[in-house]
Amino acid sequence: MKIHLRGGRVIDPASGFDQIADVCIAAGRVVSVGQAPADFNAQRVIDVSGLVVAPGLVDLAARLREPGLEHKATLESEMRAATVGGVTALACPPDTDPPLDEPGLVEMLKFRARNLPGPRVYPVGALTLGLAGATITEMSELTEAGCVAFSQADAAITDTQVLMRAMQYAATFDYPVWLRPQDPHLARNGVAHEGALAGALGLVGIPVVAETLAIATILQLMRVTGARVHLCRLSSAAGVELVRAAKAEGLPLSCDVAAHHLHLTDAGLARFDAQLHLMPPLRSESDRQALRAGVLDGTIDAVCSDHAPLDDDTKEVPFAESESGATGLELLLPLTLAWAAELKISLPAALAAVTCRPSRVLGLTLGQLHDGAPADVCVFDPDAVWVVSRNALVSQGRNSPFLGQTMRGRVRYTIIDGHLDFEAKD
Amino acid sequence: MVGEQLTSDGRLRHLLTLEGLPRETLLSILDAAASFVSVGEREVKKLPLLKGKTVFNLFFESSTRTRTTFEIAAKRLSADVISLNVATSSQSKGETMLDTVQNLEAMDADMFVVRHAASGAAHFIARHVRPHIGVINAGDGRHAHPTQGLLDMFTIRQFKGDFAPLSVAIVGDVLHSRVARSEIHALRTLGVRDIRVVAPRTLLPAGVEELGVKVFHDMNAGLRGVDVVMMLRLQNERMKGSLLPSAGEYFKNYGLTPEKLALAAPDAIVMHPGPMNRGVEIDSAVADGPQAVILPQVTFGIAVRMAVMNLLIGDAA
Repeated sequence: MKIHLRGGRVIDPASGFDQIADVCIAAGRVVSVGQAPADFNAQRVIDVSGLVVAPGLVDLAARLREPGLEHKATLESEMRAATVGGVTALACPPDTDPPLDEPGLVEMLKFRARNLPGPRVYPVGALTLGLAGATITEMSELTEAGCVAFSQADAAITDTQVLMRAMQYAATFDYPVWLRPQDPHLARNGVAHEGALAGALGLVGIPVVAETLAIATILQLMRVTGARVHLCRLSSAAGVELVRAAKAEGLPLSCDVAAHHLHLTDAGLARFDAQLHLMPPLRSESDRQALRAGVLDGTIDAVCSDHAPLDDDTKEVPFAESESGATGLELLLPLTLAWAAELKISLPAALAAVTCRPSRVLGLTLGQLHDGAPADVCVFDPDAVWVVSRNALVSQGRNSPFLGQTMRGRVRYTIIDGHLDFEAKD
Repeated sequence: MVGEQLTSDGRLRHLLTLEGLPRETLLSILDAAASFVSVGEREVKKLPLLKGKTVFNLFFESSTRTRTTFEIAAKRLSADVISLNVATSSQSKGETMLDTVQNLEAMDADMFVVRHAASGAAHFIARHVRPHIGVINAGDGRHAHPTQGLLDMFTIRQFKGDFAPLSVAIVGDVLHSRVARSEIHALRTLGVRDIRVVAPRTLLPAGVEELGVKVFHDMNAGLRGVDVVMMLRLQNERMKGSLLPSAGEYFKNYGLTPEKLALAAPDAIVMHPGPMNRGVEIDSAVADGPQAVILPQVTFGIAVRMAVMNLLIGDAA
């Protein structure tokens, strides 16, 4: 379909372009940004004046729960949530049931996703069979099936020899390894940031050193294996500092942070609200500030949703017994905008953290908006105010620490590969 | 947290934690408990204050002593009391905690006394019960055991009078102890001048100083001159492993012996929430000695629990 977006504020974070302009789309590509070509006959002309026209969001961590976890969410429900959130490409972690550890599973997922409207889906394959941390997977076969990287999701490799060999093997073929840095022993049974508050509440803590020790191990192994590593979900100031130094040293390292970690701290735990049970845990205010600054100076490459839709039953239990995680696809944009507004960051710079920068982590050229770019576009109203509620969310998971809170910024149109996949009704 | 257990006009609706409870509330419970102590000495140990009310003891974690004292307290107030050992019944059949609670609500419960292995479990139940139902936290994980904290304060007041000038040492496994956390909150609220905790680093929670206590690793230094020694129980499974090397070495460093007790004030009292591990955290000579007030604690526990129950769902509530 030929689409003509007329009169919006067009932002291309990659180039810094930020002007009122028209965007013309045809055959899955952006045909022009600026004056529409005289001979462009759009089937659909949309007046987007007053709205921001940006590249679609690229999310490095969105669980779609298929295969096997359909009681939490389905591909249909979560791809729909992604389009409503303006997310046009996403990487999904391998923590499905069974995990994405063999090519057939990945092919099936890709096939199912391709036949549904919604974002481009990039599976991250399991680094070890069953995510058990013992036997490495057929990474070449999985890559052919469509995996873009290899990860343990939230499961750790406790045997350092296996981790080193997995990194060596991946490095042989230059496959990226994505790891969530958390020492499994120091984090044992932990549900909250180890600090005075968890101490007072009697919640088992996960100390910051669980993160820094894991990062230090990974960095040492990177130096000897040559593996390319992406660190998933930093949570601490000390972790950001280690990454900053490693990048300065020139290690092939990238990392991300979950959007909720830019806004929340462990202070909210005093009510034992299971919605605040997240992994890694919400840490202190100084950690939050360091994460915010890390995204701003580029130490942290991307902000992701860490989308984890859960069924209500898993949160309707005491804090420590609840499952960790929050639904996030529909909050990635407003939470990023809120971070930018609070730090007085320009809109193009803010959007870079959820568009071209995560795309670069994936080794793709998505998240850009210029002539010839793939037509993945998110059109949003930066001033629209809405309240996060169970009814307002499209994701099957209604688990969010932001329930009841007001968000600023709402997606009006989402175009993926040239198709208008979402159009706000109100 | 305070908002969850107090009504807007400051009345106690649930008792979930002692943290944040006003001094006047604590003192009024202790005063009420004092009036109930004598009930146990009568020939007919009954008061009609909770006649017609139904109290469910909901124990998701097994306990004999605490459950029994709550049962006695409810019965002395003439309530109908049903004790459920949920750990071995419906939960093992797969029923969720919320289902259990809602079923009991349908049987017209007026109060739940809840014990659970997860910190925050009583808060969770309190958030989900109908407005007229009172919830008492009888121990949630490592978080709080408010009636134990109250009965300890009652005991201290009984033997020591004024709280402010006291020096109190809490000794042992603070990390895993809901009792210690409740005691610390209560002692602070009641204005105790000097609150100490004595334990090895492996048995102290992170940031414990922020609770308002002085930390000692040397028991001799920690006990010097104190008026009250509050011992904590060491669970069997923690006596040997990565937290402690052995029960023997623990006793050597942190067991309360007559020699160590001699460093405290001459009239210091010794408390223990029970059940005791003789020869692990406390020497029998101390446990059975003249300074121990461990059995009076148990007696006072019934009066304190009567006071709390009456405050939450009695006719004056």
